[in-house]
Amino acid sequence: MCKMKTGMKKMSREKRDNIIGYSLIAPSLILLIAIGIVPILITVSYSFQYRVLTDPLNTHFVGFENYITLFKSETFLEVLRNTAVFTVLSMVFQLIVGFAGALLMNGAKRFVGIIRTAVLIPWAIPGIIIAYMFSFMFNDQLGVMNQLFQTANIISSPVAWLTDRTWAMVVVVLADTWKQFPYIALMLLAGLQTIPKELYESAAVDGAGRISKFFRITLPNLKGVILIILLFRTMGAIRIFDIIFGITGGGPANSTATLLYQAYKYLFGDMNFGLGSALSTIITILILACSIIYIKVLKTDD
Amino acid sequence: MTDKKSLPRKILGVIGLVVFLIMVIFPFYWLIITSIKNPADVSLMPTELWPSRFSLEFYENVFVNHHLQTYLLNSVIVALGAMFTTIVVGFPAAYAFVRINFKFKKFMQNFILVANMFPIIAIVTPMFIIFRNLHLINTRLGLIIPSVITTLPMAIWTLIAFIKTLPYDLEEAAQIDGCNRVQSVFRIILPLTAPGIFTTAIIAFITAWNEFMFALVLVTKDARRTVPVAISMFPGQFTVPWGDMAAASVVATVPIVIVVLICQKKIVSGLTSGAVKG
Repeated sequence: MCKMKTGMKKMSREKRDNIIGYSLIAPSLILLIAIGIVPILITVSYSFQYRVLTDPLNTHFVGFENYITLFKSETFLEVLRNTAVFTVLSMVFQLIVGFAGALLMNGAKRFVGIIRTAVLIPWAIPGIIIAYMFSFMFNDQLGVMNQLFQTANIISSPVAWLTDRTWAMVVVVLADTWKQFPYIALMLLAGLQTIPKELYESAAVDGAGRISKFFRITLPNLKGVILIILLFRTMGAIRIFDIIFGITGGGPANSTATLLYQAYKYLFGDMNFGLGSALSTIITILILACSIIYIKVLKTDD
Repeated sequence: MTDKKSLPRKILGVIGLVVFLIMVIFPFYWLIITSIKNPADVSLMPTELWPSRFSLEFYENVFVNHHLQTYLLNSVIVALGAMFTTIVVGFPAAYAFVRINFKFKKFMQNFILVANMFPIIAIVTPMFIIFRNLHLINTRLGLIIPSVITTLPMAIWTLIAFIKTLPYDLEEAAQIDGCNRVQSVFRIILPLTAPGIFTTAIIAFITAWNEFMFALVLVTKDARRTVPVAISMFPGQFTVPWGDMAAASVVATVPIVIVVLICQKKIVSGLTSGAVKG
């Protein structure tokens, strides 16, 4: 050890820091490149090939043909629309419930422990189990929701939620909301706690009411956090898989299939790796764009 | 915000709180209740919100007929493997990001942030083909390796947040006392970060435990499936064994929920620090 130290002293501090720094991050870096970057690049290369798993000898380069097939198909437009609907709906639901949760936690100091505990449960449960929970609750024959809604006189007869195009989407959004809002509530709570109390006090002196305080002080001060949540949830909505897989399998009639779910169907349903990879590449580009915006936001936040 | 609240406002707050808690807890409550119902009562309509009789038959079913223990063992091994790899590889990286100034550090940190977002769908296909050639399909190692991509980036960010809270003076003092850098890390930083490492490990374990797409695609043999995928395969062509699925889900989640409840404070700080602070 001593020898190494004197040897290292001869080097400039900067050079030594570079060597130590990179040897410490090297294992992580190599892993993330090997199991992240490399497979993604291979997917991009597949997207320019005719590559069908059941027809392996015929694999060949086809240029942009997969992309052209994709853009010309009605399915692409449909799943793009589904993804947009899912993203917007889940974002609205999650922000509303998340805000309610955050404000409750911020207000009720005594209960903060209970709520925080309750809020972590959905986070810890696998998405596929959440999917199962919701498809059982919203089952048309055995589901408890039909019964509860009927008792409350919200509906007059049982609804077949999951075979209806609109309701199936709503149930998927509800399940995703249940899984995601705790995280959003906690992030909003962290943001709420950084707002100085004096702002509210001086607004109260000016005679501002609760609602005007919320719009004039709370919301503007949470702008950064909300922006990050919106980006996170956009990426989350693009990446969602297990909840759709478990509740609807993309149905009825492809009405809940998102971009990613359709890519999965091309890849492991049709075994069409070329077409599926083209769609996966598009998804990767979308995610990358969101991540770059996210990093820019973080930078300005500092 | 005034401290003296009027009575109606207080009541409104409590109602809000109760509604909120019911919304959060009801799906989980329903899962547990279904799992301990008598099999004959699950298809009863109208259903009983509180069962009139209890039974452990579904639990017996999942272990005797569905061999849940096999899937549990697979899940535990994969999640532990991913967790250990993540901590061993991630801790030095996090330390370097906090304490050492090297070239392109900011870029590397951003790369890790982006890696957290990588869409699994664009990774799983080549991995399926490569792993088939390497005979890693249907192996636990073949699930541990890809799981790391879902756990490592988040872990590095969480650890960075924890190490940042430690004063550098401590390390410097140790170095003056004759410890070299490696010794000071092992004697000072590691013990002090132990709670942070513990939290990060739990988060990594749960993330790997819940991972679905890799486990779905890279395993084709039933005996090698993890719990989430195994449960998703319970439904037959015409019938869905709701009770069995509920029991298996409870077995797969309750231990994790208990751990989370015990360490909730730390997990919350770990989750939010990794996500918000840049």
